[in-house]
Amino acid sequence: MIQPLDSVIVHTLTRVITPVIQLFALYVLIHGHDSPGGGFQAGTLFAASVILPIIAFGIQGSLSVLERRAIILGGIGILLFAGIGLLPLILGGEFLNYGKLPIPGMEASARRHWGILGIEIGVTITVAATAVSIYYSLRERGEGEEK
Amino acid sequence: MLAVDTLLICIGLFFLTVAAIGIVRLPDVFSRSHALSITDTLGTFFVLTGVAFYQGLTLADVKIMLILLALWHLNPVISHVILRAALRNGVRPWVKEKK
Repeated sequence: MIQPLDSVIVHTLTRVITPVIQLFALYVLIHGHDSPGGGFQAGTLFAASVILPIIAFGIQGSLSVLERRAIILGGIGILLFAGIGLLPLILGGEFLNYGKLPIPGMEASARRHWGILGIEIGVTITVAATAVSIYYSLRERGEGEEK
Repeated sequence: MLAVDTLLICIGLFFLTVAAIGIVRLPDVFSRSHALSITDTLGTFFVLTGVAFYQGLTLADVKIMLILLALWHLNPVISHVILRAALRNGVRPWVKEKK
């Protein structure tokens, strides 16, 4: 059985730092076009902000609903990526050619901007969900030794 | 202005060197962590302040200060967690052997 940490210092810091991690993940995601960062990094940060409370408070104090459903969220992220990628293919462009996205009243460059942001969000969801489900499987492996 | 940032970065590098020597030379995990956590905090403070002076007044200074804030909160807590784990798993603190 993996014990949650019973240190007040760690609990306090976890409470303070978890929203900061999520805010920073959003920053990394949105500024991924023009500064270091992007979908993968934001996804790992989101996964860290889910895993850290589990380590600190134990599985009861966390989003344990995610336990079985994290991998479904990963599929949703892939669907978002592939959907935005395939939409221009259907409409007569190439795969991931965001200029062909059917957004009315927008320049081609603005369409590319929003298209890139869309697939980055898909990558973020997938990476975060995959990392969380990897953590859950490893944790189950550790707990299975007692059963 | 160039002299100030060079001086600050050199002071920071001195503290980081002390931390590295401390990790190699000190006998057990507790004293090593002592060398690391104190000098690492100071060393990164001086290096990042030097970098902030080198940049001049830009938005990057705010980000550097945020890095410092995060380091000063995270570094001691991580040291605390590691040392608590070591103590609970039966690592005895090093004492000087009597001749």
